[in-house]
Amino acid sequence: MIRQLLATARNDARVAWIITAREVRDTLRDWRLVLPIGLLTLFFPLLMDATAQMSLSFTSRYGGAEILAWRIVPFLLMIVGFFPISFSLVIALETFVGEKERNSLEPLLAMPVSDRQLYLGKLLAAMIPPVLAAYLGITVYLIGLGITMHYTPPATLLIQILVLTTMQALVMVAGAVVVSSHTNSVRAANLLASFIVVPMALLVQGESYVMFWASYDVLWWIALGLLVAVILLMRLGLHLFNREEILSRGMDRIRLGDAWRTLKAQFLQPASAGGRPFSLWRVYGHDIPWLLRQAAPAVACIVPALMLAAFVGFYLADKFPLPAGVLDLSRISGQSFKQLPDLGFLPAFTTWGIFSNNVRSLLLAGVMALFSFGVLAILLLMAPVTILGYFAAAFAVSGHSLGQFVVGFILPHGIVELPAAILATALAARMGAVMVARPAGASLGQRLLQSVADFVKLFVFVVMPLLLLAAFLEANVTPRVLLWVYGLS
Amino acid sequence: MEVSDLVDAMIPAPAIVAERLNKVFGDVWAVRDFTLAVGYGEVVALLGPNGAGKTTTVRMLASIIQPSGGCATVAGFDIATQPVQVRGAVGLLTEFPGLYKRMLALEYLDFFGRLQGVDSGRRAGRVEELLRRFELWDARRTQLGHYSKGMAQKLALVRALLHDPPVLFLDEPTSAMDPHSARLVRDTIGWLQGQKRCIVICTHNLTEAQELSDRIAIIRQGGIVALGTLDELRARYLHGVACEVRLAEPWDGLLPALSPLVQVESHGLTWLRYRTDDVRRTNPLVLAKLAGAGVQVLTLSVVESSLEQVYLSLIEGEAADAPAERAA
Repeated sequence: MIRQLLATARNDARVAWIITAREVRDTLRDWRLVLPIGLLTLFFPLLMDATAQMSLSFTSRYGGAEILAWRIVPFLLMIVGFFPISFSLVIALETFVGEKERNSLEPLLAMPVSDRQLYLGKLLAAMIPPVLAAYLGITVYLIGLGITMHYTPPATLLIQILVLTTMQALVMVAGAVVVSSHTNSVRAANLLASFIVVPMALLVQGESYVMFWASYDVLWWIALGLLVAVILLMRLGLHLFNREEILSRGMDRIRLGDAWRTLKAQFLQPASAGGRPFSLWRVYGHDIPWLLRQAAPAVACIVPALMLAAFVGFYLADKFPLPAGVLDLSRISGQSFKQLPDLGFLPAFTTWGIFSNNVRSLLLAGVMALFSFGVLAILLLMAPVTILGYFAAAFAVSGHSLGQFVVGFILPHGIVELPAAILATALAARMGAVMVARPAGASLGQRLLQSVADFVKLFVFVVMPLLLLAAFLEANVTPRVLLWVYGLS
Repeated sequence: MEVSDLVDAMIPAPAIVAERLNKVFGDVWAVRDFTLAVGYGEVVALLGPNGAGKTTTVRMLASIIQPSGGCATVAGFDIATQPVQVRGAVGLLTEFPGLYKRMLALEYLDFFGRLQGVDSGRRAGRVEELLRRFELWDARRTQLGHYSKGMAQKLALVRALLHDPPVLFLDEPTSAMDPHSARLVRDTIGWLQGQKRCIVICTHNLTEAQELSDRIAIIRQGGIVALGTLDELRARYLHGVACEVRLAEPWDGLLPALSPLVQVESHGLTWLRYRTDDVRRTNPLVLAKLAGAGVQVLTLSVVESSLEQVYLSLIEGEAADAPAERAA
């Protein structure tokens, strides 16, 4: 069995490499690609070298401010890696659609190679030039730094930057190849590339923040997250790769009418309803139980994730304890809850204020799930649980009872709010998962619209009523329970 | 073992067996109920107007796209469940040559030979043999971007033949070629037929279909509307004999006089063509009528019906321009 798998993998790699080698050779022969990429890759690091020198020169005028410049230097190291990836992305963007435009794709599709071999070959071919260009840029920058500033980065940091740059390149290229196999012109692919470049640019901004604070360990986590994204994008691309779609795609049209009909049909008359007319009785008697069954696998992933989040909160409370006296419960009174909006967490500590805030957060999770394979929806729910875990542990550390904290702060409304949030997040994650699951019997667009309709239905008929109840409890019952539990007035 | 089994074992299975193949794109039927069996050593031409479904049919049979319904085997492999094997047994000349313009011919063929699994020892010899056959050997180190249309078409044909496939699908094989190259390709098709290859040609070129193929399938709106040898098609779709009269002077105004005798199919200033089921009875009457009108007849001859007439009677005669049918 293992031998057979190895033989298959070896054969896949052999065939994929035939395709890769040809494409890379073809790319390197095109001076219109090689010249600008080469020049920019070489010129930009030199510019960054000059920037680093100027920063150091400027900050050294002010005693002790050099640290700012030395924080910029490693950041620029990452930038010189990122920059060539962004402009050599054009190679990945035209990998399928460019060949289609040149009519050279069909002979390739007619070869006795599997979809996996073909896709991997193309993917690898699209990855090699950007990654090599990134490494070249980094090398030039480092040589420049060595000569002009006699600086060599620590080995760990260098490895981190190389890993991070590679992961960024892989994410961008994997995304670009997906785009390339699902558009009908190079022009459209280039326009859609902004959906790859912009989020990555935002990520680089986030990384700059991390690097200015010298929290270099966080870079490993970012690299790990990017690795997950690469795997998901490759899986998505492979699952959606379809010779027929590529060959037969003529003019992509926006069919808002069709989209609306699909949404409406799934909302009002899903196939699972077996033709029974729409009614509240059917929704609560059939549709919702069916949706809950559909959500079960996602719930099974979310619950352990929330437990992990709480554990992370405990860990953070231990590592970064609150200063003594901060958790002074004797200062809490009925008036304290009315002052909560001053902290900026809620618009108003009223039923409507809490309800609208929660609805907004969960809808945002739904939207973000669409662009993150569901991951961001889960992370958005994990964040408050981590905070709760932190405070629960902080209370325990400061000598208060953990049980009192749970009963006083969480239980009265949380018993309703948490299931509602988990269900909404589960359906949001399901929407994201549609992107990586093989669509059966329907197009990806149809499956996505159907999952959106399912999300909306569960949200309207289950989540919103529960959130309303939870908000009422939080605004009116929780404060009283809290004061009662801690014997306050 | 039954006698029928023995007989079956002695008769080789057809190279292509397609049964009620369908292909629906969205709500449009591209191919509908396509049923065809083609044997080894046989050449079948798929003849039809643009958009008739020829290319889609070939793509399905070459396992590039999946059928929406029906089934087919090619070289003994199922097109739906064994696509890689089918593609390995098929040589496909695509509608456009689609060459990689920065490659040399030798590199290009080596690349496709490797993908086809032709081992390195055999590859070089095969490439040389085919390049020489198609008179491209001298251009073997030329960048493909510098190839003429005809050369590109020939190289694409070499690509399709490289792995010596038992089944060939040739989409417009001579469309961009000069007469000499077209003759070369036609000769090659004949040679391949002699080697018992199964060949399916998609074409608009009626002369080519007539000259090269054993059987002709006329396709309209995704379905075969006629299938058979040229003689069978003539007999089935063109009733009677076409006769042509050449006159010494214009015959203007005689049409009403002739209409009770024959139906004039076409005419010019000094000629007319009609079709009749009974030459012995009709022709003397027509001659007498013309003579009676004082028109001098130069010749009267029987015209052999061409594939074009069959084709036009099937395609143009039945609202060929009607849009493709919508899927239910």
